[in-house]
Amino acid sequence: MSGTIRRREFMQSLLAGGMVFAVASTGCRRLGGDPAPHEPPGDGFEPSVYVRLDETGAVTVICHRSEMGQGIRTSLAMAVADELEADWSRVKVEQAPGDERTYGSQDTDGSRSIRQFLLPLRQAGATARALLEAAAAQQWGVPVTEVEARLHEVVHTSSGRKLGYGALVAVAKRLPIPPRSSLRLKQPSEFRYLGKEIPIVDLFDMTTGRAQYGQDLRRDGMKIAVVLRPPVYGGKVASVDSTDAEKVPGVERIVKLRGTAPPSGFEPVGGVAVVAKNTWAALEGRRKLKVSWSDGPNAAYDSERYRADLERTARAPGKVARNQGDVAAALAGAAKRIEADYYIPHYAHAPMEPPAALAVVEHGRCEAWTCTQNPQGARDQIAKALGMSADDVTVHVTLLGGGFGRKSKPDYVVEAALLARAVGAPVKVVWTREDDIQHDYFHTVAVEHLEGGLDAGGRATAWLHRTVLPSIGSTFSKNVLYQSDGELGQGVTDFPYAIPNIRAEAGPAPAHVRIGWYRSVVNIPHAFAIGSFLDELAHAAGKDPRAFLLECLGPDHVLDMASAGITGKPQNYGESFADHPVDTARYRRVIELATEKAGWGRPLSKGQGRGLAVHRSFVSYVAAVILVEVKPDGALSIAQVDLAVDAGFVAHPERVRSQMEGAAIMGLSNALLSEITFKDGRAVQSNYGDYAVARIDAAPRDIRVHIVPSAGRSGGIGEPGVPPIAPALCNAIFAATGRRIRRLPIGRQLAPAGARA
Amino acid sequence: MVKLRVNGVERSFDGDGAMPLLWYLRDELAFTGTKFGCGIAACGACTVHLDGEAVRACVVPVSAAAGKSVVTIEGLSSDGGHPVQQAWRAHNVPQCGYCQSGQIMQAVALLSKTPKPTDDEIDQAMAGNICRCGTYLRIRAAIRTAAGRPA
Repeated sequence: MSGTIRRREFMQSLLAGGMVFAVASTGCRRLGGDPAPHEPPGDGFEPSVYVRLDETGAVTVICHRSEMGQGIRTSLAMAVADELEADWSRVKVEQAPGDERTYGSQDTDGSRSIRQFLLPLRQAGATARALLEAAAAQQWGVPVTEVEARLHEVVHTSSGRKLGYGALVAVAKRLPIPPRSSLRLKQPSEFRYLGKEIPIVDLFDMTTGRAQYGQDLRRDGMKIAVVLRPPVYGGKVASVDSTDAEKVPGVERIVKLRGTAPPSGFEPVGGVAVVAKNTWAALEGRRKLKVSWSDGPNAAYDSERYRADLERTARAPGKVARNQGDVAAALAGAAKRIEADYYIPHYAHAPMEPPAALAVVEHGRCEAWTCTQNPQGARDQIAKALGMSADDVTVHVTLLGGGFGRKSKPDYVVEAALLARAVGAPVKVVWTREDDIQHDYFHTVAVEHLEGGLDAGGRATAWLHRTVLPSIGSTFSKNVLYQSDGELGQGVTDFPYAIPNIRAEAGPAPAHVRIGWYRSVVNIPHAFAIGSFLDELAHAAGKDPRAFLLECLGPDHVLDMASAGITGKPQNYGESFADHPVDTARYRRVIELATEKAGWGRPLSKGQGRGLAVHRSFVSYVAAVILVEVKPDGALSIAQVDLAVDAGFVAHPERVRSQMEGAAIMGLSNALLSEITFKDGRAVQSNYGDYAVARIDAAPRDIRVHIVPSAGRSGGIGEPGVPPIAPALCNAIFAATGRRIRRLPIGRQLAPAGARA
Repeated sequence: MVKLRVNGVERSFDGDGAMPLLWYLRDELAFTGTKFGCGIAACGACTVHLDGEAVRACVVPVSAAAGKSVVTIEGLSSDGGHPVQQAWRAHNVPQCGYCQSGQIMQAVALLSKTPKPTDDEIDQAMAGNICRCGTYLRIRAAIRTAAGRPA
């Protein structure tokens, strides 16, 4: 999840009668260095983050980030088109294949497409515009200062002469790239597209069935494969009887896939593949396989017992992650002291489109098409699995039917490549929903132990946070027992409140399943515990939770990471703290905005309650106020959600609202319904029947998104809406009923005793 | 041999009659607008119309569609201009878009029976269709618009 931009280079190429401007995002952070020629590998161009104009004036923006519902294909194109002064109706978007050398990081995760690529894409558009202006000036023999690009043509201001972009391409493509320092970027007030509401470029296709996802891939001669994988992480095939499977009409091959022992990283876990003429035959064949497994060391994993283990661990002191003041003394001397444990279960991503990939291996090369957030990772993993150079592997990216972090892990793409090679034909690997849920890279499972002290005036004097959860690092390295600095930086070590004594500790927790990042990652458990416990402290202090939060934040200040007592290296989602400080004024503003819009403090009827929580993640700030009603029978309804978000400059406000609405729904799924449990090392749930996610009838009546106007550096959008939802909801339930929820999901916990089965 | 009509065209299928309609549509006819989401009628991504009724194509064997008319998202309108599709675009409903074919087909079926549904009726009719991106509020609004109600 790294991916800071280290160097950006503009490159120009003379190709196909058009001009190509490319921005590579590798190397140093500053924009500098001489423009290098674009040398496309192979016979075509391997596009970068670039814009192409042809002599008809058609503009093609190449999107190197994966589209999974966040609208990035539209937002990045808007950035280019705006600075290029292009006519939006003449802009098309093309999806780039995976190629780190050309594009820089394409890992579409960590909520960083806009925060890391808005500027480079704007610069690409501005470079193109400058060249078109220079070309027109040259053609007219006038100084470039007298011409101006305006909506797909360059105008000579004094004479009124005009030339369309298409007519300028032939000259423009032979001009030297202007130095970056000469580029004039627009002021926000000049934006034609950025910050405006523009329908997403895939809208028509998505409403007519034409949009193509990984599951929809087709190719002549293609076989379909489904894989029976070891039910326990680290398990192996002991024996296979495929006699009956082979009798299914349409089944063509049974292929044993070797798996990688834990930690298996991005590699497949192995199993037995059924390769068939069509999906139904493959599924029927798989049903008839008789496989016995040797389950390996995770066969005893039981999530209920594991919860007890985590709770036990959380009772003992852990490894110190942050220590400021003297928490032990402050707790001992507190006028009032409370403590609480919170439990957050495993979740499965369960994107609507289960993973899928199509691969062809021939002539020593592999070409794959897939719904991936991580085409570069897929390319590298395929190269490794097939013993090829990455240069001989091409990974094309389709639309993604949801990702949420699952599709950052390219194990399924590797399966397709291995099978394509094994059968000597194009193979599409189809994951079923059961495969997806039972063999996910699961969201971790956590116990968070909190202790707090108040003085006689009800002011917080001590804060102890002990977090115990298996780290994502365990999926990639052996013997990982503790969270990384990056994980602790998701709410724990960057805890912004001006409480005089703060101590954070991490406890050891071994992993027994593949742990992966899941939309907003360990901000989920951390924010749930922090947001809930601040509310518990507020009530213990007899104070309004909003007033208490603001009091704990103290006077506006920036958290000084150097003097905060953080033992590891403070992490900031790949950004510097200079560019993106932890700024309590921004916490305060989103709290004020959300509570004001939600009518915080306005009287409610019996059974109703409002809850508030705030969290910073992916360098954006989100406050949530949720209004609930709980009936005596425990039935919960959510009348209204108000989300205030400060994400700096917002490229596409309408998509920001849709991301926030979606984050609220996903946060409600996490809080209310979803849980993966394990028994005998196996995921108990297998489909949407037993792995519940929010449906329309659980959706709030209203979700209102309030965006803090800002011209500041852009922060993340895809994930930051999720973390404050669960604590705001549980705080609202407490306000409505006096019941404190400390274990997720809420499930039947609100039903009267005796009716909770 | 199963004979059926798909998006107005007569078809015959001589494969396994137990094959779910979903795979027949997707694998044999290349109507990939009908999506695979769960295979057990739990998510609604594969919703199509069978003689005008919304059904989950993942659990309807092709043989059960014999002599019947199937309409998929591709057959809903020739130009994407069905009022429900228009309403979907007016409200910018889709995020990833994957479930939206099924959502639209379900909404069309709802409105054909209940032209002016209340919000509760919308929720009831649409509760079988999951959207993991969480576009539910916009789905409600789009259905209200298609029904001629204020969004």
